[in-house]
Amino acid sequence: MNYESVIGLEVHLQLSTKTKLFCGCLTKFGAPPNSQTCPVCLGLPGVLPVLNEQAFAWGIKVALALNCQIANVMKFDRKQYFYPDLPKNFQISQYDQPLSQHGHLDITVGEQAKRIGITRVHMEEDAGKLLHDTGGASSFVDFNRTGVPLLEIVSEPDIRSSDEAYHYLTELKAILQYLDVSTCNMEEGSLRCDTNVSLRSPGVAAFGAKVEVKNLNSFRAVKLALEYETKRQAAQLDRGDRIVQETRLWNAKKAITGPMRSKEEAADYRYFPEPDLVPFVIEPSVIERVRAGLPELPAQRRVRFQQRHQLSAYDAQGIAQDRALADLFEQALETYPKPKPVANWIMGDLSAYLNAHAVTLADVKLRPEWLGHLLQLIEEGTLSGKMAKDVLQQVLERGVDPVELVNQGSLRQVVDADALERIAEDVVQAFPKSVEDYGKGKTNALMYLVGQAMKRSQGKANPEQMTEMLKRKLVSRP
Amino acid sequence: MAVVTPEVVKQVAMLARLRLEGKALTQLAAQLDEILQYVQQLQAVDTQRVEPTSHVLPLTNVLRKDEPTPSLSQDAVVALAPAAQPPFVKVPKVIEV
Repeated sequence: MNYESVIGLEVHLQLSTKTKLFCGCLTKFGAPPNSQTCPVCLGLPGVLPVLNEQAFAWGIKVALALNCQIANVMKFDRKQYFYPDLPKNFQISQYDQPLSQHGHLDITVGEQAKRIGITRVHMEEDAGKLLHDTGGASSFVDFNRTGVPLLEIVSEPDIRSSDEAYHYLTELKAILQYLDVSTCNMEEGSLRCDTNVSLRSPGVAAFGAKVEVKNLNSFRAVKLALEYETKRQAAQLDRGDRIVQETRLWNAKKAITGPMRSKEEAADYRYFPEPDLVPFVIEPSVIERVRAGLPELPAQRRVRFQQRHQLSAYDAQGIAQDRALADLFEQALETYPKPKPVANWIMGDLSAYLNAHAVTLADVKLRPEWLGHLLQLIEEGTLSGKMAKDVLQQVLERGVDPVELVNQGSLRQVVDADALERIAEDVVQAFPKSVEDYGKGKTNALMYLVGQAMKRSQGKANPEQMTEMLKRKLVSRP
Repeated sequence: MAVVTPEVVKQVAMLARLRLEGKALTQLAAQLDEILQYVQQLQAVDTQRVEPTSHVLPLTNVLRKDEPTPSLSQDAVVALAPAAQPPFVKVPKVIEV
């Protein structure tokens, strides 16, 4: 039978504040285990947590960018459970008076625009990190992550396919990157995602029993896990079996979900107000100040790229999605004001290079004006399109201006002496005036001829070699 | 009618990781129930016009700057744990891998 999937996503975002949510311990990733903790984040007796104002401000910023209503008053609550990564035996989170609620995010799947509701964005502290030793009898805990500020971003169960889930996540990540409040690095766990999915027969309003899937460490994993889980549940329903509400883990190697064998009992968190943190009043003036400071977001930028620079929807999407690429695009236009070729090179060769080397723009040393220079060199005929591809490669590898590469003659050289000879001869024939000037002692004329020859060789000639060759030709002239 | 039954005590004890068995369950159920009955008197107060309160201090928005303060040393932290394999704290295995 055909079922409709009902999907909700829960994203945890680590904020890149210098210090933790309620204490001054550093949040540096990769620090030696258990070197960034203190009595507050370890929950030793008699300590007092105090909220990090930067985390609070960034929380408001994210909530506003996701169109949420900010609470007038928010408070923190204790969520109580026992797990070895939780030294206090409770997590400071938010329950009935969260930072914000009722937001939404717009996605486009194919041609179809869709609005996905955001239930809430709330603040909480992260837990420590558990390492499991395969086969052994112990687990090991590093508490450095304990107390690192998190935003939990919960979607409404508005998502109907793995594709929509993927688009929701990529759009969300793009927005979060624009806001510059997190590294959004999934490998390092600064952006994490859990999903829940249930199936229902068409026309049925009630939701089926939902299965939560965890251990998803890439957006691709989310998509694959949802596809797998939808098929698994459908097969089970087709056999007449019931779906039990449970938590399953995604196994990326086997590409399946399996039941989570945890010693935890059914959740009963017994939330109650955190007595050590007083409530927070969020004045409308504060909200307006943060709102005014919001950057242009990917959706607005896409529209602007299409309207102002006549980019295709595809190019606008591809470039605006990544803040660094979008900035590069606009800055390159200052040197070379033709949007289409700039977009083509970003979407084509540059993106291909970044993907092939699994790096981001931040990892290569490309200055926006260099991309502009490259396109100028193509336009004036110094470089052919094919050569420009090689030049871009060298620019990205060596971090140099393409103009410099051409001037140094350090491009792949034409070694064929006959070819150089022919070019030199052609130039001498083509510019008799300069030849004459040189004969009268104007050395500038030689420079001009070398320039013309370089252009004809599409930058492949060694300029010194060409100069020598031209000198010889001019001297031997009657 | 008793609110706290031995079953409730058992459940709460499990959530709090307390090992309570047999006679202790019935004994504590009776005592806890008495305490709750006593506190129950507050239910008689008319709170119609009272705003729900989670905190009684006249304080809001207590914040700190995002500035680092010293952390404890790794040795000190690991030494606090009942079991360790430095630089980690060692716990019984919690998940099948």
